[in-house]
Amino acid sequence: MLSLQDVQRIAHLARLELSAAEAEAMQAQMNSILAMVDQMSAVDTKGVEPMSHPQEVTQPLRDDGVTEPDRRDDFLALAPQAEDGLYLVPKVIE
Amino acid sequence: MHRDTLKALSAQLAARKVSSVELTTHFLDRIERAQPVLNAFITVDREKSLAQARAADERIAKGDIAPLTGIPVAHKDLFCAKGWRTTSGSKILSNFVSPYDAHVIEQFDRAGAVILGKANMDEFAMGSSCENSAYGCVRNPWDTQAVPGGSSGGSAAAVAARIAPAATATDTGGSIRQPASFTGVSGLRPTYGRVSRFGMVAFASSLDQAGCIAKGAEDLAMLLGVMASYDPRDSTCLDHPKDDYVGGLARGVKGLRIGLPKEYFTKDVSRDVTDPILAAVEHYKKLGATVVDVSLPNQGLSVPVYYVLAPAEASSNLSRFDGVRYGHRAEKYTDLMDLYKKSRAEGFGPEVKRRIMIGTYVLSHGYYDAYYLQAQKIRRLIARDFTEAFQKCDVIMGPAAPTVAYDIGAKVTDPVQMYLDDLYTIPINLAGLPGMSIPCGFGNKGRPVGLQIVGNYFDEARMLAVAHAFQQATDWHAKEPPSFSGEGR
Repeated sequence: MLSLQDVQRIAHLARLELSAAEAEAMQAQMNSILAMVDQMSAVDTKGVEPMSHPQEVTQPLRDDGVTEPDRRDDFLALAPQAEDGLYLVPKVIE
Repeated sequence: MHRDTLKALSAQLAARKVSSVELTTHFLDRIERAQPVLNAFITVDREKSLAQARAADERIAKGDIAPLTGIPVAHKDLFCAKGWRTTSGSKILSNFVSPYDAHVIEQFDRAGAVILGKANMDEFAMGSSCENSAYGCVRNPWDTQAVPGGSSGGSAAAVAARIAPAATATDTGGSIRQPASFTGVSGLRPTYGRVSRFGMVAFASSLDQAGCIAKGAEDLAMLLGVMASYDPRDSTCLDHPKDDYVGGLARGVKGLRIGLPKEYFTKDVSRDVTDPILAAVEHYKKLGATVVDVSLPNQGLSVPVYYVLAPAEASSNLSRFDGVRYGHRAEKYTDLMDLYKKSRAEGFGPEVKRRIMIGTYVLSHGYYDAYYLQAQKIRRLIARDFTEAFQKCDVIMGPAAPTVAYDIGAKVTDPVQMYLDDLYTIPINLAGLPGMSIPCGFGNKGRPVGLQIVGNYFDEARMLAVAHAFQQATDWHAKEPPSFSGEGR
C-alpha cells in the first residue's frame, strides 16, 4: 500500500504538483489500481522471454546522414518563451 | 450525400456531379448544426478545409483523381497536421499548432483527401468514454445521455451521425473498436506496425496503432489502402507488402473457420450484447463459414498487464511536456522545477495524471522487475494464446465491450471498473493483432452492439472481406441515428 509520502515522492519523480487533497484522492486510486495489477504476481513466468514488440524484428539501420532540414525558427515559435534562438527558462545556476 | 459510401462519393466527384467544395461544405454545415449537441470535434476550420477542397477540384479537373481525391475525412486530434491546432484532447497542447504533418496526414494529402476537422477524444487517448477530453465530453448520436465510447469517440460519433464520411482514429487498448461498437459504425485497428506512428501524439508506443472508422468495410478498405505504407521515420513500422484491400473484398466466407473463445462468452458479457453477436455468427454459418471453439486462457491477465505497460510507456512519453519547448506553461513559478511541476499539474487532466503516476511508480527503482518486466512476460503468454488459437481458425469473433454504451457519468468515479471493461479489446493490442468492430444489432435502450472480428497478423484483407460479406447480407451498418442536423433521417 502506498502512503501519502510515497505518493508525493512519485509525484516529484513525475514532475507533477499535487495539492494535499489531490494527493489523498490519488493515494486511494493508485492503491486500488495496484491491487488489481497485483494479480500478476501469482503468475509463473519462469523462462518466459519478455515481449516488447509483437513481431520478431530487429531495429532498422540507416546511413548516418543528415535527413532533417533546419527548422529551428519554426520550432522555437512554439515555445512559451524564446529569445535569440534559445529557449528561456528560470535561472538554474547561481 | 452523407449516406453515400466513399466509393459512391468518389464516383460522383469523378463524374463531376458534385465538386469537392460542395461536398466539403455539405459536411461542414452538418458539423456546425450537430456540434452543440454532439461535440464530436475539437477544431473545425472552414477556410482551411475549403482551400484543400478547391485544390482537389483543380486536381479532378486535370483528370488526376485517386480513390479519395476530394473526399473530406475527419482526423482524430492526435494526428499532427501542419498549420492545424493539434491538442490530443489536452489542455497542455491547447495552443499547439503543428509545424509538420503526421505520416497518415501526408498519405491522405497525397491522395487528395480534404481535412474536415480534428475530432474530439479522451485526453492523450486515455479513456473509454470520451469523458476525459479537456474540450468537453462527446455524446452518442444514438442517445445523447450515453457516452460514445473512447478514446476515438469523436471520430466514431462523427461517422455515426453522418457528419463525416470517414475518420481516422487510433487504438491502444480498444480505442477504435469499442467506440465503433458503441455508436454502430465500422472500425479497423490494423496490425501493429502496419501504419506509421510518425506524427501521432504518443501514448503507449508498443501498443499504439492508427486505423480508421467508417460506415462499412468497403470504406475501411479504401482508407487502409491510403494509410498503410512503410515509413522509416517510425522504427516500429514494418515493411510488409500491402494487399489490395478493395480488390479482395468480394472473396466471401465459404470455408471460413470462425473461432469463438469461451472467454468471450461468459456471464460477464451482458445478454443483450451476446445475443446479436451469436445471431451474427449464425448468419456467417449460413454464408458458408464454420465455427470452432478456441480458448485464450491468459486473457484475464490482460487488464493488469495493460495497466502496467501502457501507463509505464505513457509516463515516459509524456515527460516531453515540460512547459519549455511547446505547450502550456504555468504563469507563476519560483524555479525550473516549480515551472515543470506547475505547468504539468495545470496542463494534464485527472486520468492522465493517474496514469503518469502509476507509470512512474512501476518504472521506479526496485519495482521494475515486479511490474514492468513481469507484465512483458505475461504479455508473451497472452500473445501465444492467439498464435495457438489461429492454428484452428482464420478469424476470432466476440464482443468488443461487455455492455452497450452506458450513461455519461456512470463510471467516472471508479477508474478500475472502467479499466475492467477493456478486457475484450486489450488482449489484441498486447498481441499486436488487427481487430475490427462492425455493427450487428441493438441492445438495451436501443443502443448499438458491435461484433468484434480479430485476424491474424497482416490479415486485414481477409478481415475486411469477412466484414464485407456480412454487410452485403445485412443492413445493420446502414442504420442511422436520429438526425442532429435539422434534416430528416
